[in-house]
Amino acid sequence: MNTAMNKRYIEVLAEQCIKTLMALEELTLNFSGEDQTYVRFNGGHIRQSTSVQQNRVSITFQQSKRRVIFGIDLTGELTSDVALCLSLIERARQEVNILPEDPYCSPIEVSDQSDESHKGEIPQLEDQLADIAKASSHADLAGLLATGRQYRAIRNSKGASHWFENESFFFDYSLYTVNDQGDNKAIKSLYAGREWNSGALSDQIQDNIHQLAQLRQANRTVLPGSYRVFLGPSAVAALVQMFSWGAVSYGAWRRGNSALKKLIEGEMSLSPLFSLTEDFSGGLVPRFNSLGEVANESLPIIEKGRLKQLLTSTRSSREYAVPANGAESSEGLRSPVMDSGTLERPDYLERLGTGLYINNLHYLNWSDLQSARITGMTRYACFWVENGDIVAPIQDLRFDESLFRVFGSELEAVTHEQRTVMNTDTYGQRSLGGSKVPGILVKDFKFTL
Amino acid sequence: MTIHPTIACTSPYPQFDPLSALNLIKDHADWVALRYVSETSHKRRVRNGRPEQNAIGFEQGVMIEAMVDGQLAYAGTSRLSPDGLLEAVKRATHLARSTADNKAFHFTEMQRPPSKGVFNSPRQRELDSLSLAAFTDLLMGASHALKVSDNIVTAIAEATLVESHMHYVSSQGANFSQSWLLISQNFQAIAARDGEVQQRSLNGPTARCWQGGLEHFEEDHLLKTCQKVGEEALALLDADNCPNTRCDLILAPDQMLLQIHESIGHPLELDRILGDERNYAGWSFVKPKDFGHLQYGSNLMNVTYAPSNEGQFASFKFDDSGNPAERAFLIKEGRLLRGLGSLESQTRLGQPGVGNFRSSGWNRAPIDRMGNINLEPGESSLNTMIESVESGIYMESNRSWSIDDYRNKFQFGCEFGRLIEQGRLTKIVKNPNYRGVTVPFWTSLSAVGGASEHQAFGTPYCGKGEPNQMIRVGHASPPCLFQNIEVFGADV
Repeated sequence: MNTAMNKRYIEVLAEQCIKTLMALEELTLNFSGEDQTYVRFNGGHIRQSTSVQQNRVSITFQQSKRRVIFGIDLTGELTSDVALCLSLIERARQEVNILPEDPYCSPIEVSDQSDESHKGEIPQLEDQLADIAKASSHADLAGLLATGRQYRAIRNSKGASHWFENESFFFDYSLYTVNDQGDNKAIKSLYAGREWNSGALSDQIQDNIHQLAQLRQANRTVLPGSYRVFLGPSAVAALVQMFSWGAVSYGAWRRGNSALKKLIEGEMSLSPLFSLTEDFSGGLVPRFNSLGEVANESLPIIEKGRLKQLLTSTRSSREYAVPANGAESSEGLRSPVMDSGTLERPDYLERLGTGLYINNLHYLNWSDLQSARITGMTRYACFWVENGDIVAPIQDLRFDESLFRVFGSELEAVTHEQRTVMNTDTYGQRSLGGSKVPGILVKDFKFTL
Repeated sequence: MTIHPTIACTSPYPQFDPLSALNLIKDHADWVALRYVSETSHKRRVRNGRPEQNAIGFEQGVMIEAMVDGQLAYAGTSRLSPDGLLEAVKRATHLARSTADNKAFHFTEMQRPPSKGVFNSPRQRELDSLSLAAFTDLLMGASHALKVSDNIVTAIAEATLVESHMHYVSSQGANFSQSWLLISQNFQAIAARDGEVQQRSLNGPTARCWQGGLEHFEEDHLLKTCQKVGEEALALLDADNCPNTRCDLILAPDQMLLQIHESIGHPLELDRILGDERNYAGWSFVKPKDFGHLQYGSNLMNVTYAPSNEGQFASFKFDDSGNPAERAFLIKEGRLLRGLGSLESQTRLGQPGVGNFRSSGWNRAPIDRMGNINLEPGESSLNTMIESVESGIYMESNRSWSIDDYRNKFQFGCEFGRLIEQGRLTKIVKNPNYRGVTVPFWTSLSAVGGASEHQAFGTPYCGKGEPNQMIRVGHASPPCLFQNIEVFGADV
């Protein structure tokens, strides 16, 4: 474990920086780091393994409505890191002297404090790998195991102090087979948490292997058109993620970049079955943002199809003279929860009747932002269902649909069961968080290719 | 006293000597290598005439590779003291030993050639040739130029300037270093009126990417083109939707970049064909038996891997394994010849590849990536193509992209379209989109513009890999004509 970077180290480093400030100067230091092992699998074998220890600080320096942000990889040697940070502060002083005024740069006002640590019970890597090998013996498995510690921390010159530490793992994997027509078929799964349980992992992989049998049947050819669909939680999570692409951002709306403009402006509404909340109660991500502001534990965004509020950062608040609500500067959802409904598990297929059962979606993008239209693909285990029975897997289809239909006019039912879909992004560093979402039944869903 | 800084900002890190570091760690495994990466990224953005972002990021670290019993493993650290390096090599060695029993591939030193050399990307004007104040004024001016009307609600002028350096050394004698100065620009206007909103940017928000210096910020030219961007955003507000039909389609080079990237670059990556990516980015419709045989497109289609093109965004001399990066035809006269794969992927698959084993930074292990993937010029021209079309659409600048995990069924959207009627460009259309399937689409390629219309673009945001990596790629192409393509507009 990388023990160099801990609360005390960060505290001392921040103090050394803050004490050099001159009149009118303000500072926020954002720390992030990880001690992770990433093991990549293909064909059940280990393709590539990487251990990463990294620690980074982002220094926001502001004075008289001028702001610059400098980020730097820390060395873990305190004397060196103090010198690095002080040299950046010196450069920052030079820059704010010549940059034009930014009228939306707010003075630092937050002085909140928080301290949250989640310790994990995770065995040695060798034991994790042995469990995976045993559970998936002879299976064609591809995936990524990420395991270890992550932290986020904030210090500012007004006294804000936040610490969030998480020790956890995810094993994001897929299992493969070939169907009667010679096509590759796959099922996707995720085992994640803070406590590793060999038995639970084994049961899950064995279940997946059993489910693969359904995929060995010949594909049912499904032509482009409109169908009833059941979207499982992973597919719903992919759609909910699109709300963070500007859709519920106050600033994006004012700048012409929100897909939910028509909802925000009252021209259209979503289904009364659809409610979306920014909900930090699960403890997957810190409640503090990069300014050190702490959001309410629960923030209703859309309630029964009607907009309650948009995510509004302090910068948007200043620019558009509206209240902020603790949003990150990107104004995306950090911990979305979609409300559950009443559809119970035994009834999923029966209520679907005839249509498509879709477990996963892939590569979503706006195809028409102004009508909240999204295009993407079905992926992994997706089936044709007739009269409540699974008939056959399908070949992947391209869809092109609007959120106003999927979560609006065409939303027929929402499952009672919700699933937490952990964020498995690892760009730059392993992400925190995830979404908690149900499955949904959609009356009419358009496939185009 | 007020100091007037230039854009350049000296790295605050002390000097690091990779060879001394290697000497410290080289005896800890059967074979050891160290890749040192140092990068300084400047991001400057002005929105609506006001500064919105002024940021500089410094990255510095090493990735150590250790080979034990035919297994390679990696350990990255930003702790570059002797203790930090020794601790990292022990982690790499332990990881290699722990995973050797279940390795996917038996590595040898053949996959890490002992290359030596130096690469420096071209630039005419260094970052220290312009003051930060003057550069900020330039971006403010561009933002003002974009805002040609009160109906322009967003006018963004932004630049990312990256100074990147890598130095790779190995216990087998590899010793090469490469340095780049990289430029990315975004000049974008969003127009809104009576509920209608339209975006227009100069070549698309992320396409203007090159290796070079401040010569890419020629003020008079930028201000003129930004004004045109603003005017086109306004014009889109009054335009009809792109029709829903099948017709001939001409794609400008700034959309061809995306078409090449998604439907040629990714499916030819050997690690995708090997299945390494199938849990994340996806597999490929291309099979090993297709190399040398598959007719990928019409015989006008000539595609190269071009890592030595001066000034293109992803040019370099060696990949991150030390394999020399050299130009090669991937597709010639429509026939698939070779894929994009590192020495280890080539050995695993038994197919030729190229020098394209690349990582996004010091904290990631290299994988098979695109570099510069270019469609070579043909003999037509944009005017000739337009004159040849009875009924069609011309599209510029990507705004939407999606393709399946085998790289077959795609749907792409552009910012700006114009109808082609009886051999002439006529009215502007908004929300132009098209969709197709990779091989039939490229088979419909019926004209390729000439060398004078060959334009290079790129993107810093090609995502792939587990753990994920975002990497820079370049794509050059002339305008191209495709026949009988499904095009469509937005919901009315």
